[in-house]
Amino acid sequence: MISANLRRRHLIASLFRWSCIAVTGVAVAILCVLIYQVTTVGMPWLDLQFLDSFPSRFPEKAGIKSALYGTIWLVGLTALFAIPTGVLAAIYLEEYAPNNRFTRFIDINIANLAGVPSIVYGILGLALFVRFFHLERSVVSGALTMSLLILPVIVIASKEAIRAVPQSLRQAAFAVGATRWQVTRAHVLPSAIPGILTGVILALSRAIGETAPLIMIGALTYIAFVPEGPMDEFTALPIQIFNWTARPQQEFHELASAGIIVLLVVLLLMNSVAVYIRFRGSRREK
Amino acid sequence: MNVDLNEKSSEQNNVTSDKPKILDIRDVSIAYGGELAVRNVTLPIFEKSITAIIGPSGCGKSTLLRSLNRMNDFIENVDQTGVISLKGDDLYGADTDPVEVRLKIGMVFQKPNPFPKSIYRNIAWGPTINGMEGDIEERVLTALKQSALWDEVKDRLQDSALNLSGGQQQRLCIARALAMEPEIILMDEPCSALDPVSTSRIEDLLFELKEKYTIVIVTHNMQQAARVSEYTAFLENGVLVEFGDTDQVFTRPANQRTEEYVTGRFG
Ligand SMILES: Nc1ncnc2c1ncn2[C@@H]1O[C@H](COP(=O)(O)OP(=O)(O)OP(=O)(O)O)[C@@H](O)[C@H]1O
Ligand SMILES: [Mg+2]
Repeated sequence: MISANLRRRHLIASLFRWSCIAVTGVAVAILCVLIYQVTTVGMPWLDLQFLDSFPSRFPEKAGIKSALYGTIWLVGLTALFAIPTGVLAAIYLEEYAPNNRFTRFIDINIANLAGVPSIVYGILGLALFVRFFHLERSVVSGALTMSLLILPVIVIASKEAIRAVPQSLRQAAFAVGATRWQVTRAHVLPSAIPGILTGVILALSRAIGETAPLIMIGALTYIAFVPEGPMDEFTALPIQIFNWTARPQQEFHELASAGIIVLLVVLLLMNSVAVYIRFRGSRREK
Repeated sequence: MNVDLNEKSSEQNNVTSDKPKILDIRDVSIAYGGELAVRNVTLPIFEKSITAIIGPSGCGKSTLLRSLNRMNDFIENVDQTGVISLKGDDLYGADTDPVEVRLKIGMVFQKPNPFPKSIYRNIAWGPTINGMEGDIEERVLTALKQSALWDEVKDRLQDSALNLSGGQQQRLCIARALAMEPEIILMDEPCSALDPVSTSRIEDLLFELKEKYTIVIVTHNMQQAARVSEYTAFLENGVLVEFGDTDQVFTRPANQRTEEYVTGRFG
């Protein structure tokens, strides 16, 4: 009786295990096909000339320089605006804010904001930064709009990471006469940093790939210069890629693949920076 | 729970001591969201002595203990009435800084909670952030020796504290509290996660510490209370049922509930 029951439970367990493996396999396989497809098509076009040229009507002369610089400016400024704001907001909400209805109201609405379509942020950016503050179609306008877009993601991930720090650690620190800030600075933040970084990377990856809000605020597609300062006009990688795929000629489609490779490499570089910071953090912990 | 708040249930013998009172707990009641956990407790703590708080699970021992160095401040929905004073200064006065209270009254928790840092940093952090005078390194060594941990860790002060055994971690937490040179050390069941050997080491330690410090210890272990403490308070349902010399409480309890509890015929 018991052994029959046990056999059935083992059967269910292994069924579940194999479905998990299958689903993971499918996801990884699709990713591999995608990367294979993109690299075989795009690799031949990927050279220094491609990285160092501005867009052109002639595929062999066309390059991604303005978009690459634009994206670096955009992500850099977005990180500058969004990371401190988001992390500080999360610290406030978790460590300082009283647990009352107002705080809960803010919490819920931050979660709601994370679900707002990016085009809506584009409209907001257009009205607020481009028009009202007269920042025009500059990198700053783009970065501020992107910051609004990713702020909820950073706040939510940071809040989760901070909440996961055990209460006993805070109590230990308070019990040796630390102030709230000393506890947060020396114990809560170091323990929460890996989780916060994961959220930051997810958010910045989203910023790097977003196109709609940039189109909305008027990031140009044909730009034959790189931004020299935050007030310059700009374009970004996904906009350039989109622009190439929209053209009829086959060569431009292949250029788009090369552009995607560049985008992925930038993303991987960003991720590795985060991994490095985490590694250094965990070593210093000891 | 509807219990008459004015019910004066404690049959306190008028405990006299040649030692001065360091803490004065007067008519303290503590409630969580309206639910009373400590009811009208009045209790003196004498200087350079060990006071044990005993009582069944959930009777409010930890709550009372936490109120003595304002660790209840971090719990939501806590209401507290009554007066607690340290050598005459109200711990909850309007111009009292809770950080200063915790500097004078240290705490060791039920579960060892070392910082996820090196053994050295665990002890050095408190004195450093408080800008305490003197050589920090000296202070760390002294604290480690006082807590009988020195011999086991002297060669690996830079190792993570998380690699220590549970008993070692708890002694590290005691060292961390000692390094602050508080006047009073509160201990909430410091041995509950420890084996008998570690427990007896900590008990030995307590004997030495009471030369310099005042200790309030919560324990479920009757033998421990009887062995280490000079005064014992018995709490039940948030009410202080009996307080007196440990000898008297264990051998000639004035209250029948106390007698049932200390002899194990409780319930
Ligand atoms: N943070 C809290 N929020 C709400 N109620 C609490 C909280 N902490 C304790 N209580 C309640 O207060 C009462 C006393 O709890 P306390 O932790 O002081 O008991 P204790 O005597 O330390 O018990 P134990 O011996 O099991 O540790 C219990 O009824 C408990 O449920
Ligand atoms: Mg307790």
